[in-house]
Amino acid sequence: MNSMIWLIPFFPLLGFLINGIGGKRLSERMSGIVASVVVGLSFVIGISLFGEFLKIGTPLEQTLFTWIEVGNFTVSFSYVLDSLSLVMVLVVTGVGLLIHIYSIGYMKGDPGIQRYFSYLNLFTFMMLTLVMSDNFLAMFLGWEGVGLCSYLLIGFWFEDPVKAAAGKKAFIVNRIGDFGFMLAMFLIVSKFGTLQFANVLDETSIANLTPEIVTAITLLLFLGAVGKSAQIPLHIWLPDAMAGPTPVSALIHAATMVTAGVYLIARCGILFAASEITMSVIAVIGILTAFFAATIALTETDIKKVLAYSTISQLGYMFAAVGVGAFAAGIFHLVTHAFFKGLLFLAAGSVIHGMSGEQNMLKMGGLKQKMPTTYWTMLAGVAAISGLPLLSGFFSKDEILWNVYSSQFGGNVLFGIGLFTAAMTAFYMFRLFFMTFHGDRRWSGEVSPHESPKIMTIPLIMLAVLSVVGGFIGIPESLGGHNFFHQFLQKSTQDATGYITHHYSSGLLLSENILMILSITAAIGGLLLAYRFYVQRPDIPGKISKSLSIAYKLVSGKYFIDELYGFFFVRPLRNGSELFWKKFDISVIDGIANGSGKVMLVLGNKLRRIQTGVIQNYAAVIFLGVISIIFYLYLK
Amino acid sequence: MTLSLLFYIVSTLTIGSALLVVLNRNAVYSAVLLVFTFFNLSILYLLLEAYFLAVLEILIYAGAIMVLFLFVIMLLNVGRERVLPKMMSFQRAVSLFLLVIFFIGVSLFTIQGVQDLHQPAGSVSIGNVTAIGEALFSKYLFPFEIASILLLVALIGTVYLAKRKI
Amino acid sequence: MVVPLEHVIILSGLLFSIGVMGVLFRRNAIIIFMSIELMLNAVNLALVGFSRYHNNVDGQVFVFLVMTLAAAEVSVGLAIIVALFRNRQTVNINEMNLMKN
Repeated sequence: MNSMIWLIPFFPLLGFLINGIGGKRLSERMSGIVASVVVGLSFVIGISLFGEFLKIGTPLEQTLFTWIEVGNFTVSFSYVLDSLSLVMVLVVTGVGLLIHIYSIGYMKGDPGIQRYFSYLNLFTFMMLTLVMSDNFLAMFLGWEGVGLCSYLLIGFWFEDPVKAAAGKKAFIVNRIGDFGFMLAMFLIVSKFGTLQFANVLDETSIANLTPEIVTAITLLLFLGAVGKSAQIPLHIWLPDAMAGPTPVSALIHAATMVTAGVYLIARCGILFAASEITMSVIAVIGILTAFFAATIALTETDIKKVLAYSTISQLGYMFAAVGVGAFAAGIFHLVTHAFFKGLLFLAAGSVIHGMSGEQNMLKMGGLKQKMPTTYWTMLAGVAAISGLPLLSGFFSKDEILWNVYSSQFGGNVLFGIGLFTAAMTAFYMFRLFFMTFHGDRRWSGEVSPHESPKIMTIPLIMLAVLSVVGGFIGIPESLGGHNFFHQFLQKSTQDATGYITHHYSSGLLLSENILMILSITAAIGGLLLAYRFYVQRPDIPGKISKSLSIAYKLVSGKYFIDELYGFFFVRPLRNGSELFWKKFDISVIDGIANGSGKVMLVLGNKLRRIQTGVIQNYAAVIFLGVISIIFYLYLK
Repeated sequence: MTLSLLFYIVSTLTIGSALLVVLNRNAVYSAVLLVFTFFNLSILYLLLEAYFLAVLEILIYAGAIMVLFLFVIMLLNVGRERVLPKMMSFQRAVSLFLLVIFFIGVSLFTIQGVQDLHQPAGSVSIGNVTAIGEALFSKYLFPFEIASILLLVALIGTVYLAKRKI
Repeated sequence: MVVPLEHVIILSGLLFSIGVMGVLFRRNAIIIFMSIELMLNAVNLALVGFSRYHNNVDGQVFVFLVMTLAAAEVSVGLAIIVALFRNRQTVNINEMNLMKN
């Protein structure tokens, strides 16, 4: 069975090659089928290996080849499947498969559909490499690869300069984080002498290092995660990334790529757990991101941007979880989030599809009757993300809040913010839902909303089912469950969690069940508030935004972070570049280049006279050479 | 002693005739003088006990090659150079200077080099047909055969070049 | 040997220099060709001298091969000169400066 591991990433690569090389020779339908089938095959192999893993209980490994060998530093290219990467593989291929199928319907008629599917397959390959590699370097390969695919897919409709610029922005902002990752790798190589997870993530070798070094490495890795997972302060690229096709937003910018940062920290959990400073930084940044992104989502009117800020916010939750040492909880939320956020994006895509490209929620409303399937599936997603009881988001979010509250890195303040954010989440998600499907019809006469074809609604239904029941893999023990997911992941994360001495139960005011009731209250509160504001009394939001005009402007302007960066980083760089271009480049560099050309021309004109064309002159010069050789030999 | 004297006399004749070959303005005279030079060289070969080569020198150079030269000169009728070249142009001065330098260099090189050489004791007869024949058909068989191919190629080339239209 | 080796070699060098002089000074292609023959013979002389000095037949075999080469070269070279003369009605190399421009 081990020898089949390579097939998991190989099939998407094959799909990429077929779609990439075949190009326009493949029919539109064919290219979608090829792309979906290869991902499906990967999923099937992933499932069978999952069964194998459950039987054996030890990680499956396969070494393909030695990538780099310099002195006693070697990097092998090998794939490892332990419980953590198996979870990721199943999420990537499973959710990915549904999104590929959905794309066949969504992208129908797009002239670049073969290019689209080849990028999507390449992304799947890179993401699988990211989660399956057994060393930092191969992981970085996947890390950069998914970044590249993200760039390509955000700017998929590159004829539109705004969309092309959004892709560029995502890529450049990601580079900042990637540099952090790279620096961390350099530091790891110099301190550990290897990049293999097996050697680096080892208690004894970590214990040999000073705490400062560990903190530096983990903070740099975290910088990489911040860039990739769009946390404060590098979150600015994700809302712009919504310029890409909606299934791309679902796959890359909700379900898989943006969670790579969480995966990275969970993977290196033992290393992170060794630095208290880093853990605290992660937890605080995570919770703050969750909070601020949620506030922005409150006023956003673009349906996809609401979801984008919601993604940032949920990622913040995941970071808060891993930041307090609850790696399993973070990954649990990652999985459920992949289900319900993938669903929400696809449902939003269905709405956009039905509304002929309209994304502004102010021009929607009353779509319930027109799109019943989308309505019900989206309701499942919205309810799940809001944390309504017994849905997937409820279990995972609750586990995070409980860990934030009880862990030594967390505390009451972080928990309070998290709980408030949960209420806001419920509010803005139901706001989106009500604005889209209930209330007056605000669309113009030209658009005729319609339900999407079956090929789009079936993935929606499947994801909706997963969003509803997905949480049952991790029912907490306090509710009489066994938390299978937690136990399953323990095989990968127990070292790290063992490192952190949780002081549950001692000196805590609230038990897990009481916390649960609190978060249910928050969720239902948010839901009711949204119902009151956007269904019963649609005039209230306007009044509130008027009375709180400064706060409203701040939030709806996204805290003006883009403008801030523009002022402090982009403008000086642009001006500097312009200076170099106009002054330095044109006068000095071009001067040198053209000047050397002119010198050669003049020299050539002079030297041309040597070539007389008289044979005897050439003979004389040859003779001179003979004489030189003789004297050289004589004097030697 | 008489043989050495003969060597120096013949050497002088060789150099004199060679100079005349180069400096003479009439091509026919040059050719005839070159034949004379080759005869002298043949005598020098004899003095150096290279009997077979002395015969070949007369047969090939004086006989075949020079006849060919004379033939071409007659055929083209370019007896005298039409423009009398100026005796001492800058170019010639430089060339002459180079020649002198070259000659000095070769002489110095030779005199120094010969001092390091050691003549083997005893004297074996090497210049006769037997010795050369043995060498040619044993040790140098391959170059010998290649030489025959070279001649064949030259023959073909000449026939081709001599055609009316090229 | 009848004379010291140096004398033979210096004679050979002189003959060679005269040949070079002819190549550099003369304009007539046929005379230049003759000068080249002279140079070849100068080398032959040196080879014979060394061969005699060392009591070794190899040098004389070389001379034999050089003569073969000379024969081939002359036949082809003169054929070229004849062909050139046919096309340009001259054997003056100053008028054969096709290499210029």
